[in-house]
Amino acid sequence: MITEKLKLQPEVLEAVVIRFVGDSGDGMQLTGTQFSDTSAMFGNDIATFPNYPSEIRAPQGSLYGVSGFQVHIGSVEVSTPGDNLDLLVAMNPAGLKTNLYALKPGHTIIVDTDAFNKKNLEKAQYETNPLEDHSLDNYRVIQVDMTSLTKEALKNVEGLDNKAITRSKNMFALGMVYWMYGRAKEHTIDFFNKKFKTKPHLIEANTKVLNAGYYFAETLELIPNAYTISPAKMPSGTYRVIMGNTATAWGFLAAAEKSGLELFLGSYPITPATDILHEMVKHKHFGVKAFQAEDEIAGIASAIGAAFAGDLAITTTSGPGLALKGEALGLAMIMELPLVVVNVQRGGPSTGLPTKTEQSDLMQAMYGRNGESPVIVIAASTPANCFNFAFQAAKLALEHMTPVILLTDGYIANGSAPWKIQSIDELPEIKNNITKTAYENWQPYTRNQDTLARNWGIPGTPGFEHRIGGLEKDSVTGNVNQAPENHEKMTKIRAEKVKRVQNYIPEIKTEFADSGDLLVVGWGGTYGSLHSAVKQINLEGYKNIGFAHFNYINPLPKNTEALFKRFKKILVCELNNGQFVNILRMNFNGFEFLQFNKIQGLPFGNNELIDEFKKLVK
Amino acid sequence: MEAIVEKKYTYKDFESDQEVRWCPGCDDYVILRSMQKALPEMGVKKEEVVFVSGIGCSSRFPYYMDTYGMHSIHGRAPAIASGIKLANPKLSVWVMTGDGDAMAIGGNHFIHVLRRNIDLNIVLFNNEIYGLTKGQFSPTSLVGQKTKSSPYGNTQPPFSPGELALGANARFFGRIGGNVPKDISQMLIEAHKFKGTSLIEVLQNCVIFNDGCYNHITNKDVKEDKQIYLEHGKPMIFGKNRDKGLRLNKLKLEVVTIGENGITEDDLLVHNAKEKDPTMHQMLVRLEYPVATGIIRSFDDVTLEEREDALTKQVKANSKFSKTNDLFFSGEIYMVK
Repeated sequence: MITEKLKLQPEVLEAVVIRFVGDSGDGMQLTGTQFSDTSAMFGNDIATFPNYPSEIRAPQGSLYGVSGFQVHIGSVEVSTPGDNLDLLVAMNPAGLKTNLYALKPGHTIIVDTDAFNKKNLEKAQYETNPLEDHSLDNYRVIQVDMTSLTKEALKNVEGLDNKAITRSKNMFALGMVYWMYGRAKEHTIDFFNKKFKTKPHLIEANTKVLNAGYYFAETLELIPNAYTISPAKMPSGTYRVIMGNTATAWGFLAAAEKSGLELFLGSYPITPATDILHEMVKHKHFGVKAFQAEDEIAGIASAIGAAFAGDLAITTTSGPGLALKGEALGLAMIMELPLVVVNVQRGGPSTGLPTKTEQSDLMQAMYGRNGESPVIVIAASTPANCFNFAFQAAKLALEHMTPVILLTDGYIANGSAPWKIQSIDELPEIKNNITKTAYENWQPYTRNQDTLARNWGIPGTPGFEHRIGGLEKDSVTGNVNQAPENHEKMTKIRAEKVKRVQNYIPEIKTEFADSGDLLVVGWGGTYGSLHSAVKQINLEGYKNIGFAHFNYINPLPKNTEALFKRFKKILVCELNNGQFVNILRMNFNGFEFLQFNKIQGLPFGNNELIDEFKKLVK
Repeated sequence: MEAIVEKKYTYKDFESDQEVRWCPGCDDYVILRSMQKALPEMGVKKEEVVFVSGIGCSSRFPYYMDTYGMHSIHGRAPAIASGIKLANPKLSVWVMTGDGDAMAIGGNHFIHVLRRNIDLNIVLFNNEIYGLTKGQFSPTSLVGQKTKSSPYGNTQPPFSPGELALGANARFFGRIGGNVPKDISQMLIEAHKFKGTSLIEVLQNCVIFNDGCYNHITNKDVKEDKQIYLEHGKPMIFGKNRDKGLRLNKLKLEVVTIGENGITEDDLLVHNAKEKDPTMHQMLVRLEYPVATGIIRSFDDVTLEEREDALTKQVKANSKFSKTNDLFFSGEIYMVK
């Protein structure tokens, strides 16, 4: 059953990249999540990357219906899900065909041989069976009759139909991989106990199959050796594994508690942002008001209403939804209300690539509104720091009385990583601009002289009755005023207010080198890829390459220009056709901003980045 | 929930310092003054009243009220008002809108706010024309109507606001002429009292672009013969001489004359605005002669806020989380030393 062509790998590994692939109904996301959570609890650093089709149940066995989950685990720092695979678990021929390219030569494939029948081979467009035609001779192929073995393991469990039996074969694969990497099964068994609380036969079935896979790998000595990946050295503390979208939702929960305001979410379902709504609706115990609106516009409009009425107001969406929200966002901006718009970016334009990642909404976030309409734009850069940037977005909105757009993307939103839990007590204070008691000549557009934030008089407060709206307003009273000088004045005040946020955000820092030949520049969700590539090239001896990653886009950090001056070349890397690079070109004269772009709906790979860096330095 | 008002307001307390800028003779003035006169009767505190509007002539309304107000963007007022009410259910929230704002660009929000039954009030100024953009046909303009965008006559059949609203499960629908301030005030008070979304359609004359469109229904000399003013629990009688009425003939409403063919008042239908089944209300809304005015439907139902509030209380009572730290440190956490 084993094709042993190449010699064994070392037993202790620093890091390993595993990809589970199968049909979109095969439970690959669950399998991958279980493996990564178990590894995190074991103490490894992890990074995950789910990659699935936009069809919920694509035709079985088809090439485009392949769903995959990649996880990178390490005893060292892990900042990306990894480029090349050490292990590929393929539940069918289509999965093998579409993913083999990523496997390192000499490394391992586990396949379910039962799925390699004539029909599936045809659907995967294989002319001959790759398990028999020697095309896999450069890999270690572990062939297991997984479906048959699963059926065998479950023959005495009552209440299961054929479908339920076949569907649990993913747990057989998981059991095998657990044994190979010395993982404990308990976390997953606990998971079964919770998930199938009311269906004990399913607990029994899944546990049996998991064990069967585990013992199969152990006793039959089909796998020549197991590997050890020791726990990573991570800062001490209490951790949990968190997905970017969950972290975003939790950042807002924390901001609401910290600011003492009630939290309102107006939202309309859209991939890949919907999980934020799913998370928020769970938290009625904190008084969260999550409103699923009739469309994207009502999502933001209801949030604007809630902001006017004194709540911490949020709306969540992805690219096409942000386009629909544009007019209302301009309204929030001219009314100078605090509002956070989360855009979990996906591949565009139009419907584009709903389940794939991209950074192509930056210009839309900056300029996608009529008139002069600046708002604060910030971007999270890792699954875990979605928490901090959601918190920060709320803080900036409330303290500066302006809409804030928070950009994340499908990659960090669906990716998960260990999060060193931040207690609410460790987070900074959030002030707000609510005025509580009336005084003579109160005016809605009276401003804080430092931030230029207007004061926030909310309905229900006696003496502050006032009207605001989308028409240009008088600089003091907020009444309609379309006089030429007033419009120019107000346009400049609103721009200046956003610019002054520079005084309240951290300076940009570099990693690896503070000056030198090349500065690698990124923003948002590409942090992990860029960090890991610069780190690797640095270890290879290129010590003159620095790395600067931007989370604050509008306004940019104050020291940005000074930083750029310390490097000979600047390379801006983005998952789009060049957007941030053009913002930098607009803002900073006298630099030649080089660009490296990828527009494939996929994150950067380590090797393609390193190759690019090497072209620019000697 | 009704607020206790320490000070007795007059209509002057609700006038803002802004100059009213509608065309002279516009029915909007009547609605504005009717509102200013109705508010002191409602027993709400001035600071707890919010007017929200979209775009159009009617949507200038909030500027003229000395309360909280928002003049927002075209068609979105119901969604904004929903957010305001959900954020602070104590507020008395009013959406002031027109036929274009509510039923063209804002049609989606209009039907969904009615479906949800949030406790807010919508006043729809229906003048069957776009006024602010200077005279194009609207979703309530008649087929054949000549306007700036239909010089040879409108080819798009109209919506009836009441029919659309009842189809969207509106719990409260009233219709009233734009020239009867006392009746408007009274209906506004009833709408305020009603718990749930209330919709009032005002047959509002646009003196510039669609002047006289309701003359045949609302003019003083014809209104009693051409309108039937419905009151809950009362027989459906109309006419100057109070001798006409409605009865049901098979599946249709039929106009009959009391005293003819042996018809007496007992043969007439009695208006039941509180009936859950909207079939009769739909028939009344559709009637062309006489045109039904008054409160056509007023069915008490649970509001969205009530459902949300009950659910929140229930979840809170059963939850082990009261602070975010409880959540963050719950479940699958692990220590790194």
